[in-house]
Amino acid sequence: MIPGPVMVAAGCGGTGRELATYCGDDGLDGLDFVTRSITLDARAGGPGPRIEEVPGGLVNAVGLPNPGLEHFLATELPWLVRAGARVIVSIAGATMGEYADLARRLSRAPGVAGLEVNVGAPDEVGVGLFEVREPYHSASVIAAVRREFPADRPVLAKLRPDVSRIVEGARSCHEAGATAVVIGNAVPAAFPDGRSGGLSGPAIAPVALRCVAEVARALPELPTIGCGGVHDLRSANAYLDAGAASVQVGTALLHDPTTVARLRAAFTSSPQED
Amino acid sequence: MSEVQGPVHVEAEVVATKRIGGYRHLTLTAPGVPERFRAGNFVAVTVEGHVARRALWVHRVRASSSYGPTLDVVVEDRGAGSGTAWLAAQPVGTRLALTGPLGRPFALPKDAVSCLLVGEGYAAAPLFPLAERLRERGCGVSLVVSAPDESRLLAALEARRSARSVTVLTADGSVGLRGTVADHVDDLLRRSDADVVYAAGPHAVLRAAAGAAERAGAWSQVAVETPTPCGTGLCHGCVLPVVGEDGVDRVVRTCADGPVVRGDRVRWEAL
Repeated sequence: MIPGPVMVAAGCGGTGRELATYCGDDGLDGLDFVTRSITLDARAGGPGPRIEEVPGGLVNAVGLPNPGLEHFLATELPWLVRAGARVIVSIAGATMGEYADLARRLSRAPGVAGLEVNVGAPDEVGVGLFEVREPYHSASVIAAVRREFPADRPVLAKLRPDVSRIVEGARSCHEAGATAVVIGNAVPAAFPDGRSGGLSGPAIAPVALRCVAEVARALPELPTIGCGGVHDLRSANAYLDAGAASVQVGTALLHDPTTVARLRAAFTSSPQED
Repeated sequence: MSEVQGPVHVEAEVVATKRIGGYRHLTLTAPGVPERFRAGNFVAVTVEGHVARRALWVHRVRASSSYGPTLDVVVEDRGAGSGTAWLAAQPVGTRLALTGPLGRPFALPKDAVSCLLVGEGYAAAPLFPLAERLRERGCGVSLVVSAPDESRLLAALEARRSARSVTVLTADGSVGLRGTVADHVDDLLRRSDADVVYAAGPHAVLRAAAGAAERAGAWSQVAVETPTPCGTGLCHGCVLPVVGEDGVDRVVRTCADGPVVRGDRVRWEAL
């Protein structure tokens, strides 16, 4: 039921086609691919520069550009399904109603293996999204999605890796029906010029790892998926050793597009060594 | 041309490095990349200690040399960021992770029409391999190379083999005609009698060239440079505002949907 052990993180695999080029002969076949966040209506995304490099990572305010659900269902999803990817659609909405709508329509689309609910995006990344400040906000979104999406397919909650709130947030999502929690989203940060954004990459790995460990300790029955700075077997195993069921690769793909293929191969040959 | 397509991710090696004016020219071996290259493509390289990659224009491709097939890239040497400065300083023998060729290349005319190529600074690089391809097709090539000053002028000498005429412009008049592309492009286009305008360089140069083409009833293609964090289309971090074929405003990725686009499709005021 829990995808993995290596998944592509939301927003870091393009539309899938670009990534497939770097995945060897098999392409995306059998790969757990989380799409960029899809909204009901198309979003153009934020103005440039959307991403800036800082020591150890990237600050981004990409703004969730996506073609909207209709277009996604007509073009990107069928391509991913044909490529053999196990498609987990990341969804983002402005209201609970939008989340429910997205979940209902995606439940009927052929080839959707699961959903990932983007409930922890930093403010500037998720401009116009349903505001999630408190654990009960995310829980209500998860509940709305879970009601519309078949129980035999996973609903993942992607949370902000804020160690002071993570256990509370994960528990609420779990109680609301989340199959697993993804920890975590980009960390709220600022660009060098002061604009708001989210920090990702190796710089946040220790932060996300701490959050995974706390949740695994407090809620051993809830599967966690580690996301943040995963780029090789060692960094992936750090999450698995801390109790994660699986990991997602994000920013590392922007640095080396072959990362996912290499990690999958490494896990197939020697899952727990480096 | 060979049948191989699509980018590859390989280990490149610096086999020569040469400083020309304000730029550093690196010659690289990169297995499979020169064979796949088409003018207007770029490559992305990994810079030690940096997460984002550096996108580089390809200035020249050699099908064979004593190192086998090679490609030349132009790197800004002075006033560049720390990653680019690191790259410029690498000696012969340095190995780099390189992905390429990336992006949509220039489209070539089917007929032997006359073409005006307008470029400025290091970003004029893709016009040089383009000029060679156009000449092979029997197109008359008029090349305009511009720069703020002589040190940032990409050497136009070697292009004389491929071009019918070469015009040099510098803003300070240190060499060639004084002035900018915007000052001279309408006149140069009229004299070249070109049906197609190709431009590469800063946005102001591309906009001037696209505008002149539109006024003269010519087609234009521009190679747009914006910050491209990954270069491969994965991050959606590079922003190119365009008008679609259907007249709808869109924002596309410079790296995957560009860098070469039709000049009349770019929403310059939003760039």
